[in-house]
Amino acid sequence: MKLPNGWEMVVGLEVHTELKTASKMFCGCANSFGSEPNTNTCPVCLGLPGSLPVLNERAVEFAMAIGAALHSTISPSTFHRKNYFYPDMPKDFQISQYDLPINSGGYLDLPDGSRVSIERAHLEEDTGKSTHLGGSGRIHGADRSLVDYNRSGVPLVEIVSGPDIRSSDQARAYASELRGILIATGASDGRMEEGSMRIDANVSVRKANAPFGTRCEIKNLNSLRSLGRAIDHEALRQVEVIEDGGVIRQETRHWDENLGETSTMRTKEEAEDYRYFREPDLVDLAPDQAWQDRVRASLPPMPAERRRTLADRLTDPTEAQLDAVEVVIDLGLEPWVHSALDRGADITLALARAANELAAGIDGLVNLTLDAFTQTLLMEQRGELSATQAKTVLGELLASGGDPAAIAAAKGFEQLSSDSLGATVAKLIEQHPDEWARFRDGDEKLAQFFIGLVMKSTKGQANGKAVIAELHARR
Amino acid sequence: MTSPLRREDVAHVAKLARLSLTEAELDLFTEQCGKVLEHAADMNSLNLDGVVATAHPFGLINVVRDDEVRPSLDRDTVLAMAPDAEDGRFAVPRIMGEAP
Repeated sequence: MKLPNGWEMVVGLEVHTELKTASKMFCGCANSFGSEPNTNTCPVCLGLPGSLPVLNERAVEFAMAIGAALHSTISPSTFHRKNYFYPDMPKDFQISQYDLPINSGGYLDLPDGSRVSIERAHLEEDTGKSTHLGGSGRIHGADRSLVDYNRSGVPLVEIVSGPDIRSSDQARAYASELRGILIATGASDGRMEEGSMRIDANVSVRKANAPFGTRCEIKNLNSLRSLGRAIDHEALRQVEVIEDGGVIRQETRHWDENLGETSTMRTKEEAEDYRYFREPDLVDLAPDQAWQDRVRASLPPMPAERRRTLADRLTDPTEAQLDAVEVVIDLGLEPWVHSALDRGADITLALARAANELAAGIDGLVNLTLDAFTQTLLMEQRGELSATQAKTVLGELLASGGDPAAIAAAKGFEQLSSDSLGATVAKLIEQHPDEWARFRDGDEKLAQFFIGLVMKSTKGQANGKAVIAELHARR
Repeated sequence: MTSPLRREDVAHVAKLARLSLTEAELDLFTEQCGKVLEHAADMNSLNLDGVVATAHPFGLINVVRDDEVRPSLDRDTVLAMAPDAEDGRFAVPRIMGEAP
């Protein structure tokens, strides 16, 4: 979307990601999504008097891995208490990092070539989860609130971008690339729908090259789609307010996905006084060079590099192939593609089957060995399976694993022998002399007509390319 | 010596801490807290050039534990501490706004 009358949007994103540790940030309670409410709690994460936090080493390593992947500087850091009252935080303060975060600075390069700066990526603990009961289902009008503290104390890293984003497309690309990086580091599963990655957007508008305008922070963005829609809506709202002679107040706004609009939650001035002070129960966190080096050395290749490696195997790539590469990397399917290519599979075919069939059956990926994927593609390439049959075999492999040749045999996908295909084609030519004459006169469209007939009469077992070869051989 | 703390400061901090103070208490605490601050300000009379700020008396850094799960509390025990419980959760008066 483009804003009217020369307006430009300025967007910065705050991304919270839960870390995939076994235990919580400051206690040994399990960090697991979907447990029965309040079964993963203890005196520390319930904030009971006298309990003391002890920092989880793995959480620190994940935070450093994220920082390293974002080209941040890893520095000596401290923990602070951020004080406020809210029932989902039983201590009445959140342990966070304030003026000395573990990661500062850095950048993220997007696939379109643009660069978004990173201001910081710091450690903090998550809060409990509240459900608001009552008439409307929304916060306003709820009679009481129910709180589950399983999430209380789950380790988080908050990644704050610079105000460098200029469109909702770029915001989505940033969030998507960052998600890929978080998954690659192993720090996060990136599941926005489960809340393990959450995004707040700071949005303001200005005329080109003018100073930044007043920003509003939008909360409740739990999908990339919401992120894009909310930013466009908010920027347009601000332009309208200003053009009508109004002023933008700095405030927090709530995105309503169903209504497709943002609304005021509270103005910033009255709420923000967190009385940050040093957390006296935790000592400084200052990873030495050796520890940092160990984390850096164990960092796997990031999505941008993996995308390059795969795209480099394409000669003269088409738009569709590059799109498929994107999907393959986003879903982590490239081991299957690389393995198939190494054994002679066609790259267009391998990318297409990965980006379509494997993507559609992604939950069954554990059932699909690299070898089974390769074998299926090679069978399709040799004409032993038609495209439709190959897709069916892949579907079966994703559903329950197995051997592609055995599945093909069990399904009755026996290759039509060339003799029997020849006989079928000959019979159909005889039955459709007019169409055959036109094909002979060079009307290539009629090839599709004959393929259709052959497929019908063989119940889809023929290979389209073999039919074309047969037709050309008789022309 | 004038108090380093204004009455409005004490009222503001009390509001943030959800403390309801009477006018007399505000006067009393402005004076008492002011004395605490004055006492701490004695540090200013010392020459502390070259002394590094101390955040912790033991000088420890990087105190961490292994990422291992330990047993949690029994839920009935936990919920017995709640003012009220419903559906395995703490039940609290309705929340007026979203978390900061």
